[in-house]
Amino acid sequence: MLALLVLLPLLAFVAILAGAPARKAALAAGAANLVLGLWATTCWENDKLWGLSLPVLEKPALHLAFAFSDGMSVIMVLLSVIVTLAALLSGKAPEGRETLYYGSSLLISAGAIGAFAATDLFFFYAFHELALIPTFLMIGILGRGDRKEAAWKITIYLGFGSIILLAGLVWLANLAGTFDIPTMVNAAKEGSLVIDPASQKSIAALLIVGFGVLVSLFPFHSWAAPAYASAPAPTAMLHAGVLKKFGLYGLLRIAIPLVPEGLNAWLVPLLVLLVGNILWVGLVTINQKRLDLMLGNSSVMHMGYIFLAIAALAAVNGDVSLNPIAQPAAVLLMFAHGISIAMLFGLADRIERNTGTLELSDLGGLAKSAPGMAFLFGMVGMASIGLPGLANFAGEVMVFLSAFKNYDPAAGLGPVQIACILAIWGVVISAVYMLRAYRKIFQGPTVRATEAAADLTFADRIPVLLLAVALLAVGLYPNLLLSLLN
Amino acid sequence: MPAYYLEALTVFLGLVLLMVEAFGPRDSKKLVGFSAAAGLAFILILSFYAVGPEAADPGDKWDSYALWNFYAYDGIARFYKGFALVCTILVVLMSLDYRSILSRFTDDQESENGTGEYFALPVFACAGMMWMASAKDLAGAFVALELVTITFYILVAYLRRNVGSLEAGVKYLILGALSTGFLVYGIAWIYGTTGTMSLSNLPSAISHLPSTTPLLFGIALVLIALGFKIGAVPMQAWIPDVYQGAPTPTTAFLSVGSKAAGFILLIRFLDPLLQPGSPVAAQVTLMLAIMAGATLLFGNLAAIGQGNFKRLLAYSSIAHAGFLILALAAWKPVNDSGLGSAQSVSFYLATYLLMTLASFFILAQVRIQDGSEEINAFNGLGKRNPTLAIGLTLIMAALAGVPLTAGFLGKFFVFSLAVEAKLWWGVGLAFIGAAAGFYYYFKIIRAIWWEAPADGAKPLVLPQITRTCVVAMTVATLVLGFWPDPVFWLLQ
Repeated sequence: MLALLVLLPLLAFVAILAGAPARKAALAAGAANLVLGLWATTCWENDKLWGLSLPVLEKPALHLAFAFSDGMSVIMVLLSVIVTLAALLSGKAPEGRETLYYGSSLLISAGAIGAFAATDLFFFYAFHELALIPTFLMIGILGRGDRKEAAWKITIYLGFGSIILLAGLVWLANLAGTFDIPTMVNAAKEGSLVIDPASQKSIAALLIVGFGVLVSLFPFHSWAAPAYASAPAPTAMLHAGVLKKFGLYGLLRIAIPLVPEGLNAWLVPLLVLLVGNILWVGLVTINQKRLDLMLGNSSVMHMGYIFLAIAALAAVNGDVSLNPIAQPAAVLLMFAHGISIAMLFGLADRIERNTGTLELSDLGGLAKSAPGMAFLFGMVGMASIGLPGLANFAGEVMVFLSAFKNYDPAAGLGPVQIACILAIWGVVISAVYMLRAYRKIFQGPTVRATEAAADLTFADRIPVLLLAVALLAVGLYPNLLLSLLN
Repeated sequence: MPAYYLEALTVFLGLVLLMVEAFGPRDSKKLVGFSAAAGLAFILILSFYAVGPEAADPGDKWDSYALWNFYAYDGIARFYKGFALVCTILVVLMSLDYRSILSRFTDDQESENGTGEYFALPVFACAGMMWMASAKDLAGAFVALELVTITFYILVAYLRRNVGSLEAGVKYLILGALSTGFLVYGIAWIYGTTGTMSLSNLPSAISHLPSTTPLLFGIALVLIALGFKIGAVPMQAWIPDVYQGAPTPTTAFLSVGSKAAGFILLIRFLDPLLQPGSPVAAQVTLMLAIMAGATLLFGNLAAIGQGNFKRLLAYSSIAHAGFLILALAAWKPVNDSGLGSAQSVSFYLATYLLMTLASFFILAQVRIQDGSEEINAFNGLGKRNPTLAIGLTLIMAALAGVPLTAGFLGKFFVFSLAVEAKLWWGVGLAFIGAAAGFYYYFKIIRAIWWEAPADGAKPLVLPQITRTCVVAMTVATLVLGFWPDPVFWLLQ
């Protein structure tokens, strides 16, 4: 069944190429995938139902294998299908470009789902890369502003990051003698796979930089904001919301279980970088004059929190029993951030289409002409700041708690705790830029651009509400997701 | 059927084609081209029924012929014979659609008189490549290699009224002759130190040498000479100019067929030298590693700045040679645990054949219809022929090594081998090379989709033969990307 989740978008893509109506085919695949994804949360432990393993090559043994190895995969797949449907619903293809527009979105979605569901290291990597070309084409052809430069930048950065990552993964597979991720993890757990400290340190460095570039870890983040600002709405939603989480997912799935000591050896540099994400990029975000660039930067900034949870886990050498909340915190925040940033990009696209601009100085008083939009934007803005009752709050609080999990008052503050204290300032920074943006766009007197701006139509509301419901449900009752992780 | 019939049949086919060309219609050489393709396809089918001496019936005399001391027929020989045949068939088909350019630069613009040999010569080269796949003896290898090289001297300079083609021909001739000199000199040194030309006797002959220095000198010379065939540093300098000047089907043939033949010879030559216990294994590996690193760097970095698509493919062909030599430097015999170097190289070459020939097919059409081989001739291809644009995008992505295409698997196997052999410098350079590859192949994709077509550009329509071949190769590139097993079945 899991293979079906990957296959449906691909089939829809082929159907579109063959001449099927693009929007309808894409939406049908997206909706079917959402149903499948929701169903998966109820019975994902049934391996017979969801697992699949096709031998691809005998030696070295490669399998096209999908399975939910734990709740983390389920949550990430769920995030993918929710955001995919929302992205497909909220975008509007330019005249004559439907094939490219919907086809690329479907390919990005298939790549993300495939990467989260694959249990074979080879396909784990390969599916993520599958999304690279459609992203490149979407930004380069259908983007706005400096689209060509932004598309080049994201392609070169991500291509380079992937190649560094590949080096680390090939090295790991070579040491483990297998490509099967669960087998590798089990071998490391049981002690039959022992990686010496020097190799651990090198592999961890490759993985941190490789995955780090993909997640826009400071200072490898400069591709993200311009790319998201130029990208068509569905691409920004899918990439910032879903695909970018691949790097974090990879660190949790592969680096933490297999090279924990290596990660620990890089703990302080990692902490410095993630604080750079939160404070440096946070200050950059405050300075943005355009909504799309601001959202792009904010999505970079929020990655810092998730890295913090990973660092907290690395500080105890990946021993989950010593810090049981770090991984759930990271997963919950990935989900919450994915939903909220997708919703923000979706709304920003609406604002631009209805008012014709995203310059904050050209906007104002939009709440009068478009109250529905104002409410939803306010809600997701609050979520992104981390207000209780919305999903991000639960995630962020858990991250901060996990950083203090092994705090020993007698020994004083460790590096993780210091980083955490600095990171909490990020919440203030988020509040500053998000509230300021809200005020500039929606409050005050109306200006020329917003006077006659239309509110969200019924059709516009469906994707936004889909995301809003997910935010609220998880915010009010985080156990919906956390129970999957136990 | 004894295996050496295959080469005999191929040479015979070439002679028949010359007859057809002499006595067939003067104004159209379609018949010669199609007979060549059909004849080669027939030989390709026969190759599955050909057997070596061990499968001879008791009554047959041929299994005891002395020929078998020169001629191996194992899985890898069969694979590379098939490879040479497939490559030649595709090149002949490409030439069929390229006839208009051929006749323009030969005799009379209107008539194809004087272009018939262009379809017969590749068949002779093919016979040489097939023999190279089976060469078990340095003398035999040399003769086969010369058959290939001399044929190419003619093919490269075939457009005799085109200055570029003539220049390419002269360059190829001079450097080719130089490399032949290296090869003969190297073989002489090896024979002088070991007393044998036979590669199968080499391991025992080199195990008790008083000094390995003369042998190593000979090996280095042979490696340099083979470096000319495969396009590796230090003998890579001819590639860009010759590739650019030669007629496109010849360039494709050089870039795929000739390179693959060089590699099979290299594999056969290295196998005895790198066996466990060989006194020269460490030095030979070092030479290969240096060659691989320099080739990777040169090919990939020089490709970045190219604005001509044919030249870009030339540098890319050097770059791919770098990856392939890296796999050989990380030598691993074929055994039960994972892929050996020979298998990885063969797989890589098979994928390289698909991607490169498909690119040349498309390039040939762009040249015919737009008269240009610059990258900007591809501008706006997404509008001029969307289906072709998608195909070319996939092929470029495969050349760059984007996963789920065959190109990625090939590189992946090479990386795995290099990591296993702990060739960290090689791995690092290969990664830099692969990253540079992303840049220069994506430049084509950018031209296809982002740039507007030139004013008055017509839709680009592919003729039937080219279209069929391109579609088949693109599909095969994708299928091999997640199902590589068929290639390995052929290798067994």
